[in-house]
Amino acid sequence: MVENRPFLAVLTHLVLLAGVVIVAFPVYIALVAATHGPTALTSGAMPLLPGGELFANVMQVLTENRRGVAPFWLMAWNSLWMAVIITLGKIAISIISAFAIVYFRFPGRVLAFWLIFITLMLPVEVRIIPTFKVVADLGLLNSYAGLTIPLIASATATFLFRQFFMTIPDELMEAARVDGAGPLKFFRDILLPLSRTNIAALCVILFIYGWMQYLWPLLVTIDPNYYTLMMGVKRMAAVSDADPQWNIIMAAVLLAMLPPILIVVFMQRLFVKGLVETEK
Amino acid sequence: MASIDIKGVKKVYQGNVTAIHGIDLAIGDGELVVLVGPSGCGKSTLLRMIAGLETITEGTIAIDSAVVNSREPAERDIAMVFQNYALYPHMSVRQNLEYGLKNRGTPRAEIDSRVAEAARMLEIEPFLERKPRQLSGGQRQRVAMGRAIVRQPKAFLFDEPLSNLDAKLRGQMRVEIRRLQHRLKTTSVYVTHDQLEAMTLADRLVVMNGGRIEQVGKPTEVYDRPASLFVAGFIGSPPMNLIPLEALKNIVGSAVLKDLPTETDLIGVRPDRMQTGEGEGFVLTGTVDLIEPVGGESHLYLHVEEIAAPLVMVMPGRPDLSEGAVVPIRLPLDALHPFSTRTGLRTD
Ligand SMILES: Nc1ncnc2c1ncn2[C@@H]1O[C@H](COP(=O)(O)OP(=O)(O)OP(=O)(O)O)[C@@H](O)[C@H]1O
Ligand SMILES: [Mg+2]
Repeated sequence: MVENRPFLAVLTHLVLLAGVVIVAFPVYIALVAATHGPTALTSGAMPLLPGGELFANVMQVLTENRRGVAPFWLMAWNSLWMAVIITLGKIAISIISAFAIVYFRFPGRVLAFWLIFITLMLPVEVRIIPTFKVVADLGLLNSYAGLTIPLIASATATFLFRQFFMTIPDELMEAARVDGAGPLKFFRDILLPLSRTNIAALCVILFIYGWMQYLWPLLVTIDPNYYTLMMGVKRMAAVSDADPQWNIIMAAVLLAMLPPILIVVFMQRLFVKGLVETEK
Repeated sequence: MASIDIKGVKKVYQGNVTAIHGIDLAIGDGELVVLVGPSGCGKSTLLRMIAGLETITEGTIAIDSAVVNSREPAERDIAMVFQNYALYPHMSVRQNLEYGLKNRGTPRAEIDSRVAEAARMLEIEPFLERKPRQLSGGQRQRVAMGRAIVRQPKAFLFDEPLSNLDAKLRGQMRVEIRRLQHRLKTTSVYVTHDQLEAMTLADRLVVMNGGRIEQVGKPTEVYDRPASLFVAGFIGSPPMNLIPLEALKNIVGSAVLKDLPTETDLIGVRPDRMQTGEGEGFVLTGTVDLIEPVGGESHLYLHVEEIAAPLVMVMPGRPDLSEGAVVPIRLPLDALHPFSTRTGLRTD
C-alpha cells in the first residue's frame, strides 16, 4: 500500500507515538525514581528528571539485606535457575512430543494429541489449587522442582514445533530413511538443526515467561532461600511500619528488567541469522 | 546391481483405497524400466513399495532373489531420487552426498573418493561446499542424483525426478540420466507421466492404469502394437485416431475390411501413418477443420462424413492447404489396429 497523504501520515505517527509513550513512560518513571535519594519520592511531588543517586541505590540493593526479603543475589540466582529450567524443560519436552505426534503412528496418537491440546486451555493460573495440592503432596514445596515442573508442562511450544514439523516435506524424512537414518538420527541430524530458529525464538519467549513468574513462586515457596526476584521486589514494597523506599525498589526493578533485555538483544542476532539462513 | 521381482503385489491404503490391484513384474539386472500412466494410477505407490516406504498389503517384492517385504528402506540397499529433490537444506552439497555413506559406517577415505567420483561425473564439483538453496533447480537435481550414485546401491528408484524442471533442462537431464544409467548399469525404476520421457529412457516400458499393468514391452513395441485401447490412447502424441468399424465399412464398403478378427468393432490409426496422395490402402474424404503448425510438422484436424470425432493427421512440413479444403486421406492396411470396445483389448 503506497499512499501519500500528509494528514494520514501525521495521524498514524501520532497514534504510534502515543503507543510508545504509554509503554515507555512507566519504564522512564522507574528509571528516574531509581536515581533519586530516599526523600525525593516521599515528598509528594514525583520528580520527572533523573537525579544522581543511581549508583548508590543500586549498590544498596545489591549489598543490603532487609528484613523479610532474601538477599538480592540469591533471589536473582533463583529466578535465573527457574527461568532456565523452564526454558530448557519446555523446549526439550515439547520438541520430543511434537516429533512423536507428527512422525509416528502409534495407538492413542489422536488421544495424546487432544490431551496435549486440552492443556492449552489450562494454564497454571486456572488449575492452581489442584496443582498446588499435587506439588505439596509430592513434597516439592520450597524446591526448584516445585517451582519449575508445573510450569514446564504446557502445550504451546509443542504446537509451535508440530506446526513447523508439518511444513517439512515428508520426502526429507523418507530420504533420510533411505539414507539409513533411524528415527533418532533423523531427529538429531535433520529436525534439530532445521528447528534452530524456532528454538531460539522459544528460548527468548520462555525465558522471559519463566523470569516473570510471580504467582506460582509466591505459592510454593515459604523458605526465603527459594524466593525469586519478582516476589522479592513485591515484598520490598510491602513494608508495614514505614514508607516503602521507592528509590531502592525501583533500582531493584531496573536490575530485574536487565536479563530479559539482554536475552532479547543477544538472541535477536541469532534470530536474524536464523531467518536469513533457513529455507526448506 | 540386482534384479527386482514383483509377485502378486497389492496395495490397499487406509480407508480401503485399493491403489494397486495385483501386479507381477520382473525387472532384470541392469535394466531401466519406466512406469508410465495417468495421475493416480499407482506408479508412485508401486515405486514406494519397492523402496520400502509403503507397506506391501499382499504379494512379495524380492531384490536380488531375497524377499524384502519386511526390510527397512535402508536395508534394501536402494537409492531414491525424489521429485522435489528432498536435499537436506542445512547441509552442504558435500554433506548431503556423504550422509548416507556415513550412516553406513563407510571409511572416510572411501567416502571421499566416492563423493569426488560422483561430483566429477555429474559436474557438481564447483558447488560441493554450497547449501542446496544456493543452487538452481537443475543443479539440485544433479545433487539428488549424486546422493543416489555415491551409495552404489542395488537399484535406483526415480519418482518423476524431472517434472520440476523447465522443458529444455528436462531434455538435457533426460539424456544425462540415460547416459549415466548405461555407464553404471544399475537396475533402475523410473516413474513418469511424461510419455516422451518414458519412450526415450526406457529399456522396457510398463504402462499402468487404475492400479493394474496394461502393457509391458520395449517402447517401440508398445507404440507399434498397443495391447489395449487405453495404451493406444495414452502412448503417442497426438493420440491414435479411433474410428468405429461400422462407420468405416459404410464409407469404403465391407469388402476391404473383411479379414479382421470377429470381435473387432473399433479401428485405430496413428496420425503419422495417415497420408494424402496415391498408394496402398483405402481412402476417406476429409474436410480440414484446423491446421496446427508444430515447427517441423503440421497437425491437421479433419472432419469425415459418418465419423463423429475429428481425425488428426500429422504431415511433414507445412502442407499447402487451407481450412475448409477437401483432402483424400489414405489409410494403409498395415497401419490399422483392430480393437474391441467390449473387452478394451486388441483383437489380433
Ligand atoms: N497415503 C494414502 N492414503 C490413501 N490413498 C492414497 C495414499 N497415497 C496414494 N493414495 C491413492 O492411491 C492411488 C495411487 O496413488 P499414487 O500416488 O501411486 O499415484 P501416481 O500414479 O503416482 O500419480 P501421480 O502421477 O499423480 O503422482 C491414488 O488414487 C491415490 O489417491
Ligand atoms: Mg506419483
